[in-house]
Amino acid sequence: MEKLVVVGAGMASGRALEHIFEEAPGRFDVTLFGAEPRGNYNRLMLSPVLAGEKDYEQIITHDADWYRDHGVHTRFGETVTGIDRARKVVVSKNGETPYDKLIIATGSAPFIIPLPGKDLPGVMAFRDLDDVNRMVDVSKRAGSKAVVIGGGLLGLEAAAALNARGMEVVVLHLMGHVMERQLDPAAGYLLQRDLEARGIKVHCKAQTKAILGEERVEAVALEDGTVYGADIVVMAVGIRPETRIAVDAGLHVERGIVVNDQMVTSDPDVLALGECVEHEKIVYGLVAPLYDQAKILAKTLAKVDAAFRPVQTATQLKVTGVSVYSAGDFADAEDREEIVLRDANSGIYKRLVLKEDRVIGAVLYGETADGPWFFDMIRKGTDTRDMRDTLIFGQAYQGGAALDPMAAVAALPDDAEICGCNGVCKSAITGTIASKGLTDLDGVRAHTKASASCGSCTHLVEKLMAITLGDSYNPAAVKPMCPCTEHDHGTVRRLIVAKELKSIPAIMQELEWKTSCGCAKCRPALNYYLVAEWPGEYEDDNQSRFINERVHANIQKDGTYSVVPRMWGGMTNPKELRAIADVADKFAIPAVKVTGGQRIDLLGVRKEDLPGVWADLNAAGMVSGAAYAKGLRTVKTCVGSDWCRFGTQDSTGLGVRIEKFMWGAWTPAKLKMAVSGCPRNCAEATCKDIGVICVDSGYDIHFAGAAGLDIKGTEVIGHANTEDEALEIIVALTQLYREQGHYLERIYKWAKRVGNDSIKAAIIDDLDKRKYYYDRFVYSQQFAQVDPWEERVNGKDAHEFAAMAEFGLPVAAE
Amino acid sequence: MTEWIQLGSLTAIPVRGARCVNTPSGKIAVFRTAEDQVYAIENRCPHKGGPLAEGIVHGTSVTCPLHNWVFDLQTGEAQGADEGSVRTYPVKVDGGVIYIAPDVLMAMAAE
Repeated sequence: MEKLVVVGAGMASGRALEHIFEEAPGRFDVTLFGAEPRGNYNRLMLSPVLAGEKDYEQIITHDADWYRDHGVHTRFGETVTGIDRARKVVVSKNGETPYDKLIIATGSAPFIIPLPGKDLPGVMAFRDLDDVNRMVDVSKRAGSKAVVIGGGLLGLEAAAALNARGMEVVVLHLMGHVMERQLDPAAGYLLQRDLEARGIKVHCKAQTKAILGEERVEAVALEDGTVYGADIVVMAVGIRPETRIAVDAGLHVERGIVVNDQMVTSDPDVLALGECVEHEKIVYGLVAPLYDQAKILAKTLAKVDAAFRPVQTATQLKVTGVSVYSAGDFADAEDREEIVLRDANSGIYKRLVLKEDRVIGAVLYGETADGPWFFDMIRKGTDTRDMRDTLIFGQAYQGGAALDPMAAVAALPDDAEICGCNGVCKSAITGTIASKGLTDLDGVRAHTKASASCGSCTHLVEKLMAITLGDSYNPAAVKPMCPCTEHDHGTVRRLIVAKELKSIPAIMQELEWKTSCGCAKCRPALNYYLVAEWPGEYEDDNQSRFINERVHANIQKDGTYSVVPRMWGGMTNPKELRAIADVADKFAIPAVKVTGGQRIDLLGVRKEDLPGVWADLNAAGMVSGAAYAKGLRTVKTCVGSDWCRFGTQDSTGLGVRIEKFMWGAWTPAKLKMAVSGCPRNCAEATCKDIGVICVDSGYDIHFAGAAGLDIKGTEVIGHANTEDEALEIIVALTQLYREQGHYLERIYKWAKRVGNDSIKAAIIDDLDKRKYYYDRFVYSQQFAQVDPWEERVNGKDAHEFAAMAEFGLPVAAE
Repeated sequence: MTEWIQLGSLTAIPVRGARCVNTPSGKIAVFRTAEDQVYAIENRCPHKGGPLAEGIVHGTSVTCPLHNWVFDLQTGEAQGADEGSVRTYPVKVDGGVIYIAPDVLMAMAAE
């Protein structure tokens, strides 16, 4: 018999031995080395063991009887420390063992981040049964806490299992969403939501700084200053192929031990398989391809022709009660199409990526029963043309008669409840459509309240309208925000509040967006709605902002920028003017212009110079004028009673006060104001978004003017007797606009849409409401009044202002 | 064959963002999508020369910051009703590092 030595007793080698005994019975005398003091077991099932759902005996794949029956000499707990290929022996603590053929199946080692404190007792990986036993021991202590570093497959399984054991668990994940290698952001969002509902805290974009503790681990500190208490820290950030003995033996090793299609290494008598090998530059970490390798390796040893080919892999998270499935390639690309199904109420998200009518990738969340069916189509390259319309619904919907959703709705009885939120039945909707002559969804919502709350019945209401009105119903009368959604701005804003949606992925999931990451139209709008609705909670998404708001300057036609510092109420002084002159000289700024908003514009600043320009302006006490923002721009003033012989009030002082109170606020569209000291109106307050005309008896508050694409004089909303009252009205009015305006809708358009009466009712007639809106504005300002220039001078978003790489002629010509 | 040229780490570019690589004959915009795909195109919109690296990135497209032309990052073709295209350059990511094909920089230097 030939001597076969196997180094490593993991899942790959266990499977390989089974195949070897089938393919070449009686041919090999096998010696099996394993570093762990036990035989082959199903490592994939460690999570259920950790969670207490299975015990170790249930996950053993090969027991003592099996090894004896097949004549395997087991050397468990004995690490192979070297291979002498010239003499064909392996070296371990008990001496040398000769081989004719050698299989290396050393698997992988967990990657331990080189953090301070990584060697403290209590810091562990999640790789083998010993790790599991250590974790279980700690979890038995009441109130024990775990921090899991890594929000990938393994980390989340560990977190869920420890949570099931009763521990308080925090997951720290470097990336923006969990399991980013297997899931797109939408599915990642759903998973995070479900985990958090179980009490697992998930902290994304977490940069771990250090593991703290004296004798053993006590806490984990993040770069952002957060500290989480921990009795154990589980590192699950990834694995790397365990190749040390192969490297020492002089075998060809890249990332893994390089093997050919026959699983043979650079030495013809040494084979390798599993997580330690690299085949055509790919290292596999999932079990399916490793089992394929086991099959091929056995055939090679049996001298049967066979070749391992790269394979598609599918992933399923093993967390009880959470269903996630991902397979294939689910990235967007030009030649690909996607079919997305979202059912917000049931927490279902399904996305198929197709190329030339064939499914190439699938992400399923919430309902994964069809995962294997889709995966089978991916592998087979099944042509889906004939089932395209119903493909996403899964296997059960194929082959039968086409479903006609319209007929289903028409067949509903008159008393069928359509809108569950408001208890509206079918006949109430059809009856009201007829009696009131309604033609659009908003009309139906206004008169019946159907679909006016959560919106989940909107599609039913629309079908009823189509049935009742026939061809005269034009669903396009609802003006969607953009092609990514069916919803209009108003609906989206209402639902953000009603459903407490606090992130862009949350909105896209719950409101069933048709694209996976929106477009340049909807993303800035959603970002604004979230900023306005959840001050202090929502973290602004810079990448969803237009360039001007991203770099806090205005892009010009040649790609340079203009910089406008604030001049409160249009007032300046010699110090500021000198600083502006100096900065223009220092940075060779080609144009300096006085703006229509009573301040100074520096035009033609190079992007990389922006932080330098801002630093100098900051040093002279100036902050960003937000001349680029959908937000508070300028408050123009005249000189008022300070200087003017006609001035009735201190218009300059009021303008400065308004601007200092309101700067930094984001609004649906730009917001320009003015305060004139008398009705001669030198500050041109009567064509502004909000204007004040001072009179002897106080302040007339104007709004809804326009002097751009449209020209429109303002309308008077009310009169204030004191400066304080004037400020309160202006602030409350702005807040109402912030909460009701559609993105990019100026005040005059908003007022026209909602009606001046409703605005007056809230701001002038009802003092409680005025106070309510005033207070909400004041609350949000504490998060808004941060000078974005100063932040960037201090290093924020530094990547925006420097090239990624520079290549001069010599380098490029090499 | 000449080695691929290292541009920097993947994480140097914000997700759904872009950064520029300066070369003697112009800027190359290197994009990173929500799914961590990386593409490189000429940083100049054929319409009015807008810097595409400053646009909003969505899916595998970018919207020009000047007049909202949309380009597919893979093909460089303008989308929708607009007609035109930008050059695309081969890039790859290996071990979290972005590389550009060597001939791109040589060609740009020779221009």
